Amino acid sequence: MLEAQATNITEEVVREIVREEVQRAFKKDPAKKKMVIISSKGTLDWAYPPLILATAGAAAGMDVSVFFTFYGLNVIHKDFERVLKVSPVGNPGMPMPMPMPDIVTALPGMTSFATGMMKRKFEKKGVAGIRELLDVAVESGVRLIACQMTMDVFEYGQDDFIDGVEFGGAAAALSEARKGHVTLFV
Amino acid sequence: MTAIQENKLLDARGLLCPMPIVKAGKEIRSLEDGEIMKILATDRGAIVDFPAWADDTGNELMEWHEEEDGVLVFYVRKVEEED
Repeated sequence: MLEAQATNITEEVVREIVREEVQRAFKKDPAKKKMVIISSKGTLDWAYPPLILATAGAAAGMDVSVFFTFYGLNVIHKDFERVLKVSPVGNPGMPMPMPMPDIVTALPGMTSFATGMMKRKFEKKGVAGIRELLDVAVESGVRLIACQMTMDVFEYGQDDFIDGVEFGGAAAALSEARKGHVTLFV
Repeated sequence: MTAIQENKLLDARGLLCPMPIVKAGKEIRSLEDGEIMKILATDRGAIVDFPAWADDTGNELMEWHEEEDGVLVFYVRKVEEED
């Protein structure tokens, strides 16, 4: 009986079974559901991409961690409304209301002008603010992790950051990253 | 076109990326398996984002269309994940 069954299993049948099993394994791959973002920039414009991707990932059921290192610590600073700014200096890609020589963009007051302009523009268009994105991130279980080494260098204490922030180092970041397919450095 | 009867309506008009997806992800949690959520959006990115989101979450994007006033309408059926 067993012998008869064995001879009925053709290569084609075996291949079909293997294909199905592999597909099933891919479907269950936990790494598909894990995203790790390193956020290293401390300007208002660069605060957006990591928070947008993190909240969108969480909304799609992903388990998301964002590591904030170097200037990226500004994003989760308690006073992020004040510390996150944008400057047109050295950024020829920034749309300005009128053409401006580089030297003018470096004049005193231009950073607060550009920051105010970006905030107003984003608000008018209906883009979520940094506060809202941070709230959504915390609410939807995104892990916000501050890099301890850069905190020490910049002399930040744990109290300098918004509620819900965790603290860790490179090994913690890598330990998460190796388990996820989506790893981004911003 | 036969009208689809939704169990829940999500008005995401005026919101930009990622908020329509964020709201959808939050609201669909309150639905039972097989129930339908209708989503209204004005963010043009949603045309690509909702199919991608549905694909990633395993929920079914049943149908979508654009109304004459430019409002995008999506119907998503909740599919409970099997473990």
